[in-house]
Amino acid sequence: MAAITMKNIVKRYGDGFPAVNDVSIDVQDGEFMILVGPSGCGKSTLLRMIVGLEDITDGDMLIGDKRVNDLAPRERNLAMVFQNYALYPHLTVYENIAFPLRLAGAKDEEVDQKVREASKTLELDEHLERKPGNLSGGQRQRVAMGRAIVRDADAFLFDEPLSNLDAKLRGQMRTEISRLQKRLGITTVYVTHDQTEAMTLGDRVAVMKRGILQQLASPRELYENPGNLFVAGFIGSPPMNFLPAEVDGTTVKLPFGEVQIPEEKAARARGKGLLIAGIRPEHFEDASVVDPSKQGSTFRAKVDVVEWLGNEAYAYIPFEAPPEVQKQLAQLEKDLDGESLRTQLVISLDGASRISEGDDAEIWVDTSKMHLFDPSTGENLTVDESRAGRIPERENPEAAAQAERMADEGDEIHSADPAAQE
Amino acid sequence: MSTKNRIGVVIGAVLILVWCLLPVAWIISLSFKSQEAITTGSPGFLPRDGGGAGWQNYSDVIADDQFRRAIFNSIGISLIATLLSVIIATLAAYAIARLEFKGKKFVLTTALIIAMFPVVALVGPLFDMWRTFGIYDTWLGLIIPYMSFTLPLAIWTLSAFFREIPWEMEQAAQVDGATSWQAFRKVIVPLAAPGVFTAAILTFFFAWNDFVFGISLTSTEAARPIPAALSFFVGNDPFNRPASLLAAGAVVSTIPIIVIVLLFQRKIVAGLTSGAVKG
Repeated sequence: MAAITMKNIVKRYGDGFPAVNDVSIDVQDGEFMILVGPSGCGKSTLLRMIVGLEDITDGDMLIGDKRVNDLAPRERNLAMVFQNYALYPHLTVYENIAFPLRLAGAKDEEVDQKVREASKTLELDEHLERKPGNLSGGQRQRVAMGRAIVRDADAFLFDEPLSNLDAKLRGQMRTEISRLQKRLGITTVYVTHDQTEAMTLGDRVAVMKRGILQQLASPRELYENPGNLFVAGFIGSPPMNFLPAEVDGTTVKLPFGEVQIPEEKAARARGKGLLIAGIRPEHFEDASVVDPSKQGSTFRAKVDVVEWLGNEAYAYIPFEAPPEVQKQLAQLEKDLDGESLRTQLVISLDGASRISEGDDAEIWVDTSKMHLFDPSTGENLTVDESRAGRIPERENPEAAAQAERMADEGDEIHSADPAAQE
Repeated sequence: MSTKNRIGVVIGAVLILVWCLLPVAWIISLSFKSQEAITTGSPGFLPRDGGGAGWQNYSDVIADDQFRRAIFNSIGISLIATLLSVIIATLAAYAIARLEFKGKKFVLTTALIIAMFPVVALVGPLFDMWRTFGIYDTWLGLIIPYMSFTLPLAIWTLSAFFREIPWEMEQAAQVDGATSWQAFRKVIVPLAAPGVFTAAILTFFFAWNDFVFGISLTSTEAARPIPAALSFFVGNDPFNRPASLLAAGAVVSTIPIIVIVLLFQRKIVAGLTSGAVKG
């Protein structure tokens, strides 16, 4: 077991495209670290650099105290689970799990003992003599994990291990991985594009975009104190609402009316002109079911669509945004791999709420949880830095700006050559 | 499938089978007729009364020293050429499929150009060269051209196969602690086995069936392969070729091919890679 330290890691491909840009992450011994971001953000590339399948252009990769930049994968003593599992189809499940031990030249009794132990942990006992081709997706996934845990590796690396499973199985395997990691207490780096996996599994989560680390923090910190618009939009489902806002005193002018925010938040955002307010769906509520003693503001709006889910309901309220905000939100959607549709507010209502479609409803909003973002930079003006983990952009704005510029150049390289997209 | 469709399929299959197998059937029919019956004209498929020769033609052919020697030559030369060609092609195809190196395109196009070259055009120069080198009328003299003409096809077939094998297989092996060579030997080669055997069969066919090199680059039975030997099989009367004996010889010479195909076919298990990755 060992810590993994990445210092200013850079990966530039042959065509000059910077896949990973000046990323520094320290994974502590025994920690479950998640690398998350939309497709093409460099998370998988970073993982492959840790394991040694991808050369490191610049920076230092340390496992324990040893610099491993120039070591071959087999010399790094890491175990990896691939997205498509990469099982050896010509070998039985038993031999698949035994493969790393056989390569290490272990004795037959030792191999047998360790393989049986791993198969027991993963409940693969009755499948040991089968070939991977005859297994279901979940079983294959467990075999791939068996191959990883059978060795005494310094760390586990997972590359989107659940993305090929159906939703139900994914949920089960997620808890299974979490349980396994807790029990073995082994350093783990886990790549995913799914924010739910990131939130539920990680001790800490590194959010990446265009090869640049956006924020490195615990799931709670990311959720409550996103460092910028991107992180705020990425973490949480349904996503955070973004509304055009103007601050005047402690009053915030939103498309639906004016609300009051606490002075300490207002002070940071005052005099900056048009801003983007970010409010999570659950910080709204049907005013009629809210305890009147609770702090917050109310406004009236016409509810367009209601989706009732039993324990809660989502209400949708369309609104108009000024062009500059609209542009920024469209760009954000693009960064998040989404499509920009109409600008609308998503509100999570209590299951007891009687608001129905077409109603002109009274909505309560908990403004103390509101965040205010600078529309031009996307920076969160109201972030509580003491509880936001690491935000590289704030630690070293110059380096972050430099990395952004390189990412822009990279985009140009790729937009000039569509074939390089793949 | 409806009954109508099924009948159509059966009729089509029978037509194709008849079309393909009629000449073969005729050769077999000829090989059981006596020489006299053929000379006097025996148009029927089954030998007429008294025109049948039983197994006589076969025992005559097998008793013939020249013929036995030619079979031995053919088997030896074809097997060695196949083995060498497949080994070299496997290594080359792996490099082409997996590595980025300068001149990769060059290798592939050169291979293709060689395959396009008419064999006949090379026979003259090779004849001269081989005599100078002293490998005219030897096994080596045939193995070299067979190899060079089958390598392109083998390389193309195998590199297509290697490309089908997911990169992750080797990467997983390397992470599991394998050297590049171990990953190749323990993971890639077993997975590419169907491709290797396909290439082997194609190479063997080429070498076995070749006539032009066989007849031009040999002069004695030291290296003469079976197709060439059959053409020299004139019997006692040069104006009256022993058609029934030739037919028997032709049938005998196809037997090794059938055996090899049956042996290799078992190894060509389609879909071996299914289950390696998702789906």
